[in-house]
Amino acid sequence: MKRESVLLEVKDLVKHFPIRKGFLKRVVGQVKAVDGVSFTIGEGEVLGLVGESGCGKTTVGRCILRAIDPTSGQLVFYSNNGLVDLAALSEDQLRPLRAEMQMIFQDPYSSLNPRMTTKDIIAEPLVCIAGMKKKEAEERVAELMRLVGLRPEYMRRYPHAFSGGQRQRIGIARALALNPRLIVCDESVSALDVSIQAQILNLLQDLQEQLHLTYLFISHDLSVVEHISDRVAVMYVGKLVEVADTEELYSQPRHPYTERLLAAVPVADPKVKRGRHQLKGEVADPANPPPGCLFHPRCSYAQDICAAKQPELQNVGKDGKEHFVACHFARELELQGVQAG
Amino acid sequence: MDRLSNNPDYELLEEDIGTEDEAVYVASQWRLIWWKFRRHRLAVASGIVLLIIYTLAIFCEFISPYDPTARNVMLTHAPPQRLRFVDSEGNFSLRPFVYGYKREIDPNTLRRTYSIDTSQKYPIYFLHRGTPYKFWGVWETDLHLFGVQDGYVHLLGTDRLGRDMLSRILYGARISTSIGLVGVALSFVLGVIIGGFSGYFGGWFDSIVQRLIEILRSIPTIPLWMGLSAALPPHWPQVRVYFGITIILSLIGWTQLARVVRSRFLSLRDEDFVTAARLCGASRFRIVVRHMVPSFLSYIIASITLAIPSMILGETSLSFLGLGLQAPAISWGVLLQEAQNVRTIALSPWLLLPGVMVFITVLAFNFFGDGLRDAADPYAR
Repeated sequence: MKRESVLLEVKDLVKHFPIRKGFLKRVVGQVKAVDGVSFTIGEGEVLGLVGESGCGKTTVGRCILRAIDPTSGQLVFYSNNGLVDLAALSEDQLRPLRAEMQMIFQDPYSSLNPRMTTKDIIAEPLVCIAGMKKKEAEERVAELMRLVGLRPEYMRRYPHAFSGGQRQRIGIARALALNPRLIVCDESVSALDVSIQAQILNLLQDLQEQLHLTYLFISHDLSVVEHISDRVAVMYVGKLVEVADTEELYSQPRHPYTERLLAAVPVADPKVKRGRHQLKGEVADPANPPPGCLFHPRCSYAQDICAAKQPELQNVGKDGKEHFVACHFARELELQGVQAG
Repeated sequence: MDRLSNNPDYELLEEDIGTEDEAVYVASQWRLIWWKFRRHRLAVASGIVLLIIYTLAIFCEFISPYDPTARNVMLTHAPPQRLRFVDSEGNFSLRPFVYGYKREIDPNTLRRTYSIDTSQKYPIYFLHRGTPYKFWGVWETDLHLFGVQDGYVHLLGTDRLGRDMLSRILYGARISTSIGLVGVALSFVLGVIIGGFSGYFGGWFDSIVQRLIEILRSIPTIPLWMGLSAALPPHWPQVRVYFGITIILSLIGWTQLARVVRSRFLSLRDEDFVTAARLCGASRFRIVVRHMVPSFLSYIIASITLAIPSMILGETSLSFLGLGLQAPAISWGVLLQEAQNVRTIALSPWLLLPGVMVFITVLAFNFFGDGLRDAADPYAR
């Protein structure tokens, strides 16, 4: 992985959702969806963010784009006009910056307004942020539709005329409208058929190379993430447990949770025996997390210290490589990875 | 990983999805609604019925042959006259006519009976110049859709003072079908604005509005109506009193719509396409007006259509009870009030015709509203 310059620096991002109960809506607890996450994304890099459902991946993505407001933390964005902390800006201050960061959603059905034509959907950022006139916007929309593999003649059609994959292309065109630098892909291919998934994934990859985009690629599908990412971050109950280059993480995981996730990836060979390392139990409740290492109740390597002390994210990489792991036994354990495909 | 690496390059332009259905693909929401509504035969028929009723109500002075307050003392409680083309001798005439009545009074019971008098033949003329009136209270004219030169024509009979029922029903239609519209419109505006704010901003405003709605909804309407009709100035004309009451009631009636609008806002606020619009830099106002309101406007229109018949029924039942409009004013409820006793129903059943009109109108509105509601979300699967 080549890291030229940092584009986004996430520092100690926290998002707690209050649990309210009763007539007076008193706060009786907090769901710690994201609890102190820090990482950086370099310009032109694809960072995969993986984890089971409910571990806070989507919340991280939405906090970065300020679709939801983070509870605390810093989001240092190296915008075209200098350094800004996205977490500290108001909605009006954010608007011009929205040109530089966009999102591709999971569900191509609910993310497009069914009551607007394709042209109006793709032109939304052109009109709202760039203040383009109709004619100008229409030319740009045609250009974008060609870019994502749609016929520009279809721009007067409504979303109901398109298939799932085509709708996702519309969503991609909308995200690309103002030449963003950072794109958060929130499970962008998960809702599609497998054949379409590959098409969209390849499209995303081509666009990334062509336009030198930076992706935060959120997914629960490890094979998809392996295919597209330069680096992968693994999340568990609101915290990062491992961050490393894709190849290294897949071949030599250092965290037991990563190992289990990798073992759960389906293999297209019925003769392959399933290892003993199946992931057992449920994801910990983020409203009531266990003490110590959050993963210890499900971990087969757990010892006394794991229930008592929370491990910090530390660099255990060799030969100057970066490999961050949050495990007390990161250096001792011999964990099984998968051969890169 | 095989499924990814073995995948051939995707085609740059995906295959054509069929141009013959282009009309469907470029159809807007309203066009899709219309297409779906059109398939609902009963609703379309009801729509036509409503159109006819409202046309009759709008042009009631012109269509009705008589002044609704003009009395014919010689002809009280006369039954409807039949429209004829063939006379008693079997002669056919293209111009329709009616026979007059011979009135007899039973010397013992003093009961009036009418029998057809074939010697009095009154041909009907169209675009006939009859009693003068002011059309919409503005233009003075005496042109009626139809009428007779001499004699009388009472196609739906007369009431106890010998007033023409057809004219009274037509004038009644004007008031009955329109007086609540203002109230419904007012509830609509209040409901959308208050419900919208409550749902979009939430927080303490939402809590206050919700409690207020709960209080308002627990007030029983009929005692309130009675109190109000007693409280409004007695020197006001009847129609204005009633109008005042409907407006005050609409200040309570917005609650239902406000709740619907609020819940739609709440569920839409977290829709992906609304988040997408926000990430595209759309302002709050633009999000509400361009993205949120259009997606439930059709529901609101359908629910209003379903609210109108309840207002018509409300007018009818309250006037029937003597709480709504009263005698000099003409509405279907007032007309029915005159049909309150058993004698009328037994001897002059045509006085119940306004009830039939209420029935038809309410039913038509309900079918029409049902059709609209079904068509309202063309994207529902």
